[in-house]
Amino acid sequence: MKLLNKRNIIILLILLAAAFPFVIQNQYYLHILTLAFIWTIAVYGLNLLAGYTGYLSLAHGGFFAIGAYALGLLTVKAGFSFWMAFLLAPLITMIIGLVVGLFALRTKEHFFAIYTLCVGYIIYLVIDKWESLTEGVRGLIGIPAPEAIGPISFTSPISQYYFALVVFLLVVLVIYRIIHSLTGRTFIAIRNSEELALSLGISTKKNKLLSFVLSTFFAGLAGAMYAGFIRFIGPEIAYTTITFDLLTYMIVGGIGTFAGPIVGTFLIVLLSQNLQFLQDYRMLIFGPLLTLLIIFSPRGIVGFILMQYANWKTKKKVITSKGHVKEG
Amino acid sequence: MILETKHLTKKFGGNIAVKHVDFSIEQGKVNAIIGPNGAGKSTFFNLITGVHPPTEGQIFYKGEDITKLPANKIALLGMARTFQTTNLFEMSTVFDNVIVGHRLRTKSNLFDAIFRTKRLKEEEERCKEKALEVLEFTGLANVSDQLVANISQEEKKRVAFALALATDPEIVFLDEPTAGVNPDETEELSLLIKKMAEQGITVCLIEHKMQMIMSLADHIMVLNYGEKIAEGTPDEIKNNEEVIKAYLGGGSVSA
Repeated sequence: MKLLNKRNIIILLILLAAAFPFVIQNQYYLHILTLAFIWTIAVYGLNLLAGYTGYLSLAHGGFFAIGAYALGLLTVKAGFSFWMAFLLAPLITMIIGLVVGLFALRTKEHFFAIYTLCVGYIIYLVIDKWESLTEGVRGLIGIPAPEAIGPISFTSPISQYYFALVVFLLVVLVIYRIIHSLTGRTFIAIRNSEELALSLGISTKKNKLLSFVLSTFFAGLAGAMYAGFIRFIGPEIAYTTITFDLLTYMIVGGIGTFAGPIVGTFLIVLLSQNLQFLQDYRMLIFGPLLTLLIIFSPRGIVGFILMQYANWKTKKKVITSKGHVKEG
Repeated sequence: MILETKHLTKKFGGNIAVKHVDFSIEQGKVNAIIGPNGAGKSTFFNLITGVHPPTEGQIFYKGEDITKLPANKIALLGMARTFQTTNLFEMSTVFDNVIVGHRLRTKSNLFDAIFRTKRLKEEEERCKEKALEVLEFTGLANVSDQLVANISQEEKKRVAFALALATDPEIVFLDEPTAGVNPDETEELSLLIKKMAEQGITVCLIEHKMQMIMSLADHIMVLNYGEKIAEGTPDEIKNNEEVIKAYLGGGSVSA
């Protein structure tokens, strides 16, 4: 019964998302939601590594940009079709991620964060300064929209919305399966204690690298989606602010929780759109709120709800078991 | 002899933590390593279980040289260990925490995870059965669906045992298994250790509680300043001059 409920809620949410373009015919909101789907994909990658494996990478925005530029360069400069480039972009990001991971994962904790922060900044510098390849600050213009597949074209905002929704749902499914598999349990064991994981026969080196490469795959996928959607990219998408935006989405939603990336990303993206009239003063609201959240619920909004639920469940259990004692 | 060390030595800079220790562990017995604080017991454990590489000397497991193997490969051979403090996932249930213990005996990879293959489902089932089995064995069946955050210190110690047992070990190394628990609970835990030995699992433990060791161990090695100063049955150790000197202080040596 409870499982059915959970399933029904998910089906309802998917139906809502699918019906949204017909219910609210507002191009602007459609645009914002499409972007939110894309950001969520990137946040899921970050969450897999930082939330489930315990390695906080601050190069995530950089890998997002690599995915975006891979797609942009392959289509604009190399003349690849969109779909070909769309397949290659995440793979290219993964290969670069593999090389970076081999070195970065020799460090731990703060040092890993600092190392990857530097890697992220180097990615930004390369994109910004290598003008002959990336066009530097002028940016890449004229990235094509996805070509039509049979009768389905991808030029209208509505079709772009559905494209993002479908990829987003696939990513959610894949992440769900990874986290709830033995591979996911292995990641969590590494997060809890690498020493203990090693003593349980887990190759922490191999699994950390796997998690890192996977996280760059999702960053690259999101980047490629972004490039195909906005169709103009500049070096600012590699800047550390993107990394910290993604980090904020993850932390607000709940680091190391399954629903956290969706909750955090949608909440902040929609909230900051509605508070746009405040301009940069928005940060005066976000800053203290974020601080309070981290003090009172380190595992974000979703973590807070899960905790309340767990407490409620144990309380209920204690009450029923007391009842049994009385009966006996 | 299931495990043997020869001239095992570990230097941290100029500090010699373990010095030329020859030690052997008998199969199916409860072996104990005792010694004053800082005697090198934990370091000795860390050398055997592959956490640190030794500076000199060799370790043999069933005749095979495992000196240079990393910790995870050593676990695969059937050697499990516990730590003085076990970092468990507090926000998850006891059962969920123990499932990963059997991971090393499974082969599912990322591909299996994404496509939820038959192999993954079977192996997951096996891990869950194993978890239930070891929770039953360690007397945790009644708390298996509780959050780790809500169980007692003694129960957490048992979870650590359960995790180690889930790896299907032939020998377990217990690093101060009863540190921080009260005398009654210590008694309970030593019964569990006895039960493990009765199941045919060789046990090797570090402990400070003398009374417990003397009634539990078949074979004791005493370390002091990284050197083996005595070895033998509990009775032999009790009456050994060197040991008494090391513990009570005598001459220039003081604990």
